[in-house]
Amino acid sequence: MHKLILGMAAAMFLTTGVANADAISDRKAAMKSNGGAIGTLVKMVKGEMDYDPAAALAAFTTIREDMEGFEDLFPEDSMTGDTTASPKIWEDMEGFKAAVAKVEADLDAAIAAAPQDKAAFMPVFQQVAGNCQACHETYRIKK
Amino acid sequence: MKRIAAALVILAIAVAAVFFWLTAPNPLPVDILAGMDEGDAMAGERIFNAGGCNSCHGGKDPAADTLPMLGGGLALKTPFGTFHAPNISPDPDTGIGKWSGADFANAMMRGVSPSGQHYYPAFPFTSYARMKPGDVADLWAYIKTLPAVARANVPHELSFPFSVRRGLGLWKLLYLSPDPVVAIDETDEKLVRGRYLVEGPGHCGECHTPRSLIGGLDKARWLGGGPAPEGDGKIPNITPDASGIGSWSAEDIAYSMESGFTPEFDSLGGSMADVQRNIARLTAEDRQAIAAYLKAAPPVASSR
Repeated sequence: MHKLILGMAAAMFLTTGVANADAISDRKAAMKSNGGAIGTLVKMVKGEMDYDPAAALAAFTTIREDMEGFEDLFPEDSMTGDTTASPKIWEDMEGFKAAVAKVEADLDAAIAAAPQDKAAFMPVFQQVAGNCQACHETYRIKK
Repeated sequence: MKRIAAALVILAIAVAAVFFWLTAPNPLPVDILAGMDEGDAMAGERIFNAGGCNSCHGGKDPAADTLPMLGGGLALKTPFGTFHAPNISPDPDTGIGKWSGADFANAMMRGVSPSGQHYYPAFPFTSYARMKPGDVADLWAYIKTLPAVARANVPHELSFPFSVRRGLGLWKLLYLSPDPVVAIDETDEKLVRGRYLVEGPGHCGECHTPRSLIGGLDKARWLGGGPAPEGDGKIPNITPDASGIGSWSAEDIAYSMESGFTPEFDSLGGSMADVQRNIARLTAEDRQAIAAYLKAAPPVASSR
């Protein structure tokens, strides 16, 4: 009997131990790639780099690709482990999916607009960038 | 035997008397209170943003484009129990509409209510004690211009002994001081301004500094981060240590406060998101002053 309980405990430990590491590493990779693309855009916002319409379009496209299917990287068994995802994602999956859909829509609009100068780019950037914090405010915790 | 009993009674009375004397609320001096009804509401709005009063007292979904509605409501879940942010709108019945400027100043800088009770330090008067009385007067003038919200306060849910307010008098003897925390070059106006914003109205240390078992800030680990005092996760170390934000330049810090993006182009999230939006409403000079102070604060290694 004891052995059975020990065995079950070990099995539970092992399954939580692996806690869907693939989904966690996939979504981290997507966010890291987003950070790089935002970095390029912010350099142009701050004037550290001249506005380059092709570079801006490429950055928006990168983020759009990273966000495609992003909401599917949060299976139930990826709530714990090496992640800063907040349990609120799973408590409010509808709200989370709506937040992902919104940034996707804003990115589609940014790509369609393909701003040719900095004046046109600034409001488009603000519209997209506001999503980062809006989502991290609710659906991420710092660890 | 009778003598021992009598001695014990006298001792008990003496202890109670000392306790009452030590824990008595300590209002501000009369000369400071005198100017509290002559503030400038326009200047007070800037103090309001620096303090982020709205983040706790503004209810759950403060809209960015409307005037702050200070009906209270945020629940702070802490190891001591749950604190419910009260109504500080000018509503005369459920808010603070009947208060005088002196009442407001005693609340802000001494943590004392108009009826002479101690407030719990979930309300960060420990930081506001470092504010300039003129700024408190300006803030009061501004708050009086905001809409009255009718919403009855929810009592705090605390366990013994934290449920005894009088005991906070002892806590204040340990932890309430208007003195600055970090020693800096007092002739450097930018640093002095940054220190004032961070240690005073901005009350950054209230979350970013770890607390003792009885909830006092551990000033030896000032701004060193640690477990979140409420909710989940961790509060970041914002000292210039390698385990803090030592790799950030002053310009990086100021930009993160303005835009919400870190130098790694992550975004400031969680409860910092609302704080950042408030600080973004300050002037660029104020954000640069905050950054200069954070670069000058003593580095603290994160505990892990």
